[in-house]
Amino acid sequence: MTWIWNNSPALPVVLLLPTAIAIPLFALIERRLARWLALAVSLTTVGLSILNLVKALSLGPIHYHMGGWPPPIGIEYVLDPLSAFVLLVINTIGFLVLVHAKKVVDREIPESGKHVPYYAVAVLMLCGFNGIVATGDFFNLYVWLEIASLSLYGLIAIGSRKAPVAAIRYLILGTIGACFYLLGLGFLFTMTGTLNMADLKAILPAVGHEPAVVIGLGLIVVGMGLKMALFPLHGWLPDSYTYAPSTSSALIAPIGTKVGAYVLIRVLFFIFGAAYVSRTIPVTTVIGWLAAAGILYGSIMAMAQTELKRMLAYSSIAQVGYIGLGIGLANPLGLIGAVLHVMNHAAMKALLFLAAGNFRAVLGHSDISRLDGSTRRRMPWTTAAFAVGALSMIGIPPLAGFFSKWYLALGAVAKKQWVFLAVILLSSLLNAVYFFRVIERIYFARAESTAAAPRTEASASMLVPVLVLAAALIGLGVLNAFIVKGVIGKIVTSAMF
Amino acid sequence: MTTSWKDIPVTKFLLGHYGYWFVFILMTLGFYGMVVKKNLVKKLIGMNIFQVAIIMFYLSSAGKWKATIPIVDPAIGTADTARYIDPLQHCLMLTAIVVGVATSGVAYALLITIYKRFGTLHEDELIERMKNDLDME
Amino acid sequence: MMRRDDDAIISLVSRTVSPFIMIFALYVIFHGHYSPGGGFQGGTMLAAALILVRLAAGSDLSQLQFPRSWATPLGSAGVLIYWGTGFVSMLCGGNFLNYAFLPVSGPPPHHRNLGILFIEVGVGLAVMGILTAIYDDLLEGHPRD
Repeated sequence: MTWIWNNSPALPVVLLLPTAIAIPLFALIERRLARWLALAVSLTTVGLSILNLVKALSLGPIHYHMGGWPPPIGIEYVLDPLSAFVLLVINTIGFLVLVHAKKVVDREIPESGKHVPYYAVAVLMLCGFNGIVATGDFFNLYVWLEIASLSLYGLIAIGSRKAPVAAIRYLILGTIGACFYLLGLGFLFTMTGTLNMADLKAILPAVGHEPAVVIGLGLIVVGMGLKMALFPLHGWLPDSYTYAPSTSSALIAPIGTKVGAYVLIRVLFFIFGAAYVSRTIPVTTVIGWLAAAGILYGSIMAMAQTELKRMLAYSSIAQVGYIGLGIGLANPLGLIGAVLHVMNHAAMKALLFLAAGNFRAVLGHSDISRLDGSTRRRMPWTTAAFAVGALSMIGIPPLAGFFSKWYLALGAVAKKQWVFLAVILLSSLLNAVYFFRVIERIYFARAESTAAAPRTEASASMLVPVLVLAAALIGLGVLNAFIVKGVIGKIVTSAMF
Repeated sequence: MTTSWKDIPVTKFLLGHYGYWFVFILMTLGFYGMVVKKNLVKKLIGMNIFQVAIIMFYLSSAGKWKATIPIVDPAIGTADTARYIDPLQHCLMLTAIVVGVATSGVAYALLITIYKRFGTLHEDELIERMKNDLDME
Repeated sequence: MMRRDDDAIISLVSRTVSPFIMIFALYVIFHGHYSPGGGFQGGTMLAAALILVRLAAGSDLSQLQFPRSWATPLGSAGVLIYWGTGFVSMLCGGNFLNYAFLPVSGPPPHHRNLGILFIEVGVGLAVMGILTAIYDDLLEGHPRD
């Protein structure tokens, strides 16, 4: 037990990595082992994340030295409230999606020889995300970022006929983003001589005025913006989310873009400090305006879509814009809104993509124009959960989505950025338009066929995660004050404002 | 007082930073390939050139004047570290090279799948054939 | 890619040179401590030795040297050797990849020496397996001639 306690910062990664490699080997013995292994290791990492969060909140930031070498020489893993929180969100959503994955994988991936590699690559992707969030060394972050990205390209490509084209587009753009990150890191390393995050933070005041450091910061922001799908760099997102199988979309939409946002928050607010990035070099102002444009662009484009997954993809661009807006405000309230939205959007988008997967599995399609009242009769629970998710995205209290928008609005008011406030309110209205379009079709449109449609609700493995997430949205909304005061408050107090 | 051509600022800017100019030109070539070329293979080659340029940038920051490779030379000893170049950037770039290889491997596997399904690797033709393809979402 | 059965020089030279490349690759892996080298470099050379025979003699004949189905499992085994070294150090009391806690005899610097050696062997195997697997997969769709 003490062994687990002492090694808990590294254990998620240490357990996920060999499982991803061993799944194909074990599956030679028994094919169903692949899914069970993936679920088992994912559940273990959820437990470890809860342990890590408890440790980080009660004991303060934990430093774990890989290989026993102390920090500037060696790589260390840092667990402070921010990384422990994001880790918990990522692992929980990953576990719920993997539970849901069985029927989707069986149905949407026709070649059965690809099922076992699918689980292996999914676990490898979770390993990469865990590594990105847990590490305290910039180059180690690049390595984990590329591991996660390569797994993402693979997960997207195992899909419909057009999936490889979306995957290659994402590959080229994603690699450019990672290269920009590497180049920016090169500048920072040349100027400061260290790759460790805490060490860089200590050396930065001495060299912060050099042009090389500014360029390094700018390149890192552009690279991470590409990974996060910040407005002008979002081109890869709609096709990738649409053509991927529903499980892949549900894995990458809630958590793939969040790690980019996590890296941005870490670099901007915990290493460079809000004063540097908002007053000395107005990086956050640029991010804020681009995010606002992205919110409007995503919402408007989502209104024009006829297919549910593509609509959710454009909606994701808008929601990532909210997080960017929170970063762009560069004050404590904005940061609370951004971090809270990381958690809320992960839950909401996972719920919506999983529900879309249920529609696809039972009805055979996810076109909005073909949904009608018979959908409600055939799949009452899924449509109810979908409605909860939609209401939360629009921002209706007491569901979770309202509170992150509330904090963002408070942050905008505190900084007297009235345009941002208008953007938040307007986009909530636009969200309402495109979500109510779906809800109206399901709940109020008359069924095409008056014959009693059989009640073929999705099976338990597909229904339970959806219902758990819907209940979580209600729970997260009600317990919102507790979360903000207990967890996010500690994150914001440890940031540099 | 005559100043030689070596002292005017422009020359110092161009010749003093020739390493960075080399990296910059290579990066521009890679980026040009990725953006302008229509063939997917040429785009990937441009991506590779871009990655190599960034690797060169790191390696150029590791060199020191009159320094030798970072293996302990019995004649020089270990006391004076200015006689050995910095090995850290080289180790980091080993990893970056392998990451580049892996990315290329995944990319070429995707290209083969695209070619098998659509019969072309030219971007414009590909978009045309994708539009006319059965909508099998 | 045309396979020239009648070109004796290419076929003979590549089949003769391939084992020597492998020996040199092993030398590079094990001398990563003392000279430029190490796991990645040696692994790439091992893969080059295998791919050379695949290019010269054709995919079907080169299965005698290294069957296609061995590539990915060997690569996975290499990664697991790497992870195993780190995990054993964790089980014996240290942090992940802290070689000083490995259960071998000798003073602690010797432990780290051996630890790095195990890691490099793992990396070499992994790189060899995966590069050969990439080559084989890229060739899979090619019509046989």
